[in-house]
Amino acid sequence: MSVLLPGSLAEALGSLAADPDLVPMAGGTDLLVHWPQRTELHERSYLDLSGVEELRPHRWEADELVLGGLTTYWDIIEDRRAWNELPLLIDAARQVGSVQIQTRGSWAGNIVNASPAADGVPVLMAYDAVVVLDSTRGRSEVPLSGFYSGYKEMRRSPDELVTEIRVPRRAYDVQIFEKVGSRRAQAITKVGVAVTRSDAGWRVVANSVAPFVCRCPALERILEEGAAVGGPDDLLPGIREDVSPIDDIRSTAEYRENVLARLLYYDLLDLCPSFG
Amino acid sequence: MSDGRSDPLRISFTLNGEPTTVEVSPSERLLDLLRYRLGLTGTKEGCAEGECGACTVYLDGLPVDSCLVPAYQVRGRLVETIESLDPKGMAHYHARGTTQCGACTPGVVMTAEWIVRHPDRLETHTVRELMAGNLCRCTGYDGIIEGVEGALGDREAG
Repeated sequence: MSVLLPGSLAEALGSLAADPDLVPMAGGTDLLVHWPQRTELHERSYLDLSGVEELRPHRWEADELVLGGLTTYWDIIEDRRAWNELPLLIDAARQVGSVQIQTRGSWAGNIVNASPAADGVPVLMAYDAVVVLDSTRGRSEVPLSGFYSGYKEMRRSPDELVTEIRVPRRAYDVQIFEKVGSRRAQAITKVGVAVTRSDAGWRVVANSVAPFVCRCPALERILEEGAAVGGPDDLLPGIREDVSPIDDIRSTAEYRENVLARLLYYDLLDLCPSFG
Repeated sequence: MSDGRSDPLRISFTLNGEPTTVEVSPSERLLDLLRYRLGLTGTKEGCAEGECGACTVYLDGLPVDSCLVPAYQVRGRLVETIESLDPKGMAHYHARGTTQCGACTPGVVMTAEWIVRHPDRLETHTVRELMAGNLCRCTGYDGIIEGVEGALGDREAG
């Protein structure tokens, strides 16, 4: 194993351009799991980003919150402004692992690790976040909702780093995040969902029910159109159109569909006149 | 490899208040550096996957699982282990049954003391939520929670 320790973003991007096989390392909370046994990972070369201080801070602009490529969950939990303005970021962050994980894990790392069960991704996607990628070739910006194309497949070229995540600042009258796991902390999500409503419309984003975290256009249409929903099961056709849950070690497809329907129905019952 | 990148890395950091310089392998975890190279065996290994919290140390003042930290990432930073705590400050934990078999105890005490030093966290979080990254199979957790609350009370009173 080898590792490069760049001290600036320019240096990091130069190294990645020269050797796109380098694995970028941020907090390490995904990469170092069972590290001693995962000897195949010891054969690879890493690009340690922890010395690239310019990637760490987040900032509030007039119309957006900009997360840095190394901004951690805890950095946002510590920002009381986020509690008031973008509370789903807080709801998700404090359900990622535990404090020991939240102080190390980064939002950008959660995005590029590309787990279908990622907890940071649904809330960012429900807020219409945009992923900013830099390379020596220049900058590209990709809406998070169009970032994934398959299981662990994404619109990041090997020479690109996620340097920012831009989260629009909007007024929301509905903000919901639900995570269902075996316990409250230290649990990988069996089924999760984030829902928002703003002037931009409804957003429904589900995790752990498809090969990647995704928006649910059929469910969003039901909400936009105010279609009558008499009970949770009325949402199942839309859910089956939008997602494709599977049976795995954590749960079953049937459980995931039914729980997703019930989470949505009971959370929205008092908010949507068409639900009854 | 001939590019030299696999060579040991020479890093300097502050360990329990002392400037420390050491050569680390690129694949070395902070946990192993502390236990096997620097002799600080108070930090325990439990699950090796960031779940149990037995390996909790402070990195720049925040609790982290040292099993998930590459050793090279502590260069230039502050690391504090269970050995940095004053044993005299442990009385509340002894008194309230915070520890039984002891396997999880160093990690539990590290997180507990972090809460006690930062009581403002309790404006938004419960003790249970902040302690959720430390698994214990003996106490049933009530002794842990009571120990933290006792230590918080002592600090307020003192």
